[in-house]
Amino acid sequence: MDSWRRSPLFFWIIGLPPVGWLAIFFLLPLSLIWLISFGEKQGIVDVALTWTLDNYARAMESIYLEILLKSIVMAVAITVICLVVAFPVALLISFAPRRVKPWLLLLIVLPFWTNLLIRTYALIAVLRVRGYINFSLEWLWTQANAALSFAGLGQYQLLGARFEPLELLYNNFAVAFGLVYVFLPFMVLPLYAALERLDRSMIEASLDLGAGQVRTFFSVVVPMAASGIVSGVIITFIPALGSFLQPELLGGTDSQLIANVIERQFKSANDWPFGAALSFILMYLTFFALALRSLLAKGKSAMEAA
Amino acid sequence: MALFARRRLEERPGPLAYHRRLFLRLIFVGSLVFLYAPIITLIIFSFNNSRRNIVWRGFTLKYYEKALNNDGLIEAFVNSLTIAGVSTVISVILGAMTAILLWRFRFPFKAPVEGAMALPIVIPEICMGVAMMAFFIRIGWPTDLIWPFNLGAITIAHITFSYPFVAMIVRARLASFNREEEEAAKDLGASEWQTMRDIIIPFMTPGLVAGALLAFTLSLDDFVITFFTSGPDTVTFPIKVYSMVRFSVTPEVNAASTVLIAITIVFTAVAMWLQSRSSQDGR
Repeated sequence: MDSWRRSPLFFWIIGLPPVGWLAIFFLLPLSLIWLISFGEKQGIVDVALTWTLDNYARAMESIYLEILLKSIVMAVAITVICLVVAFPVALLISFAPRRVKPWLLLLIVLPFWTNLLIRTYALIAVLRVRGYINFSLEWLWTQANAALSFAGLGQYQLLGARFEPLELLYNNFAVAFGLVYVFLPFMVLPLYAALERLDRSMIEASLDLGAGQVRTFFSVVVPMAASGIVSGVIITFIPALGSFLQPELLGGTDSQLIANVIERQFKSANDWPFGAALSFILMYLTFFALALRSLLAKGKSAMEAA
Repeated sequence: MALFARRRLEERPGPLAYHRRLFLRLIFVGSLVFLYAPIITLIIFSFNNSRRNIVWRGFTLKYYEKALNNDGLIEAFVNSLTIAGVSTVISVILGAMTAILLWRFRFPFKAPVEGAMALPIVIPEICMGVAMMAFFIRIGWPTDLIWPFNLGAITIAHITFSYPFVAMIVRARLASFNREEEEAAKDLGASEWQTMRDIIIPFMTPGLVAGALLAFTLSLDDFVITFFTSGPDTVTFPIKVYSMVRFSVTPEVNAASTVLIAITIVFTAVAMWLQSRSSQDGR
């Protein structure tokens, strides 16, 4: 690495455009929103900067606090589900023979290249009352009923007089389903990267020394894949916390998350200061998660050094 | 007997053959079904001859024809491709510059610059979307320009969230660069620019291709940030599909989605092929 003084002209020519772009088209808009969050609404888009904290105080009212908490709980639940499903998947791919490994990985990553909106839309046909899940359940119901009649139990109507489809769409379940569906590949990739680097002789040693597969998994594999787990958790948690599309398309009236409230302030309620305050609260939560991550990483390296 | 014993030994998976464990295989196959079934049924039902699109009523291409004759949809599609193209070119240039800057130089306030460059990657999309919306309205960005200049605001927003990703990828590639090659070139009298053109840029190429692929997909894929920066006359493909979905679920949407999926897959395949070819050349 050279000091910038060695070739200052080259340094400025190469450095100024990207840093300038970031300053004008990213940091400036963010600062603007930050200022607006301390302002008062005057007219439709006019905001007077009064350094008031009312917008933040309003965000702490129970109705918004509930939505905020719900967003956090939802994001945590999504992250945990993704972790539990993605870990076996990543384990299988990383131990697969060399030849098939890239193909298995591609299979998991390919949906990631498909448009997010299209993937979310595709779920509507799966989850709705006349959707594929309910069709499958109805088929199973018919089969089970036929089996019961065959066994001579048909007249008791043990499974109900007719098939009742489940209400799977436009509720919190649908939002959770959609978020897991969208973020699962996000979790697999960092886990795979960590498991791929893992020293296999450690697992062998643990098994040779008499630990079972389960114990080996929890005391050897999981700690050694910790960096991948932390990355996967962060990379899933942050977008899940700020998710907008899934609650909007798959959720019902009671499945609003924080991003939907922010959207409403800017698009229909025209209360920019309040929306700005909410989006900064969301941003602070993100930074908190990131800080927690680097704290964990520091703690881990300190432990290893000790 | 001995033969049988050996065969049984071979069939039993070793302790580390996790890929042969039934339990893991079931979860893997289950995940694939979970990930693919919705997309595949969406594609199949784009050929379904039924307005309500619930049960299969025979094969037809009429919804593709309808989608092709839907001027609003085609316009949105052209807009999306235009934005993605311009955004990719500028993102690759800015991203490569960022990567070289951070890889090559020590300078005051480097850590804050590096941190700020990562911000567009980590902050929630919705926050960036509302910031962009407020920014463009506040500075009075003109909304009545002629095509393609009316796409300026969306393109700027797309570049802003794309080029830090490109920078990340290119920097990872540069990390494996052997600085001696560069020093040799300079010892032999090459200037800073010649070294850049003949040594560093060729080395970066696989990273640039991967970065371009990612930038293009990110742009084509983006809904949330575009949603906040687009006006009534600047509709992109995801925005158009969104308004169609809100209105009703029709096979026409399926047909349009299938076309976009096909384009993305072809594009990804070509880019991966290019990348594998260029990395083979490098060896």
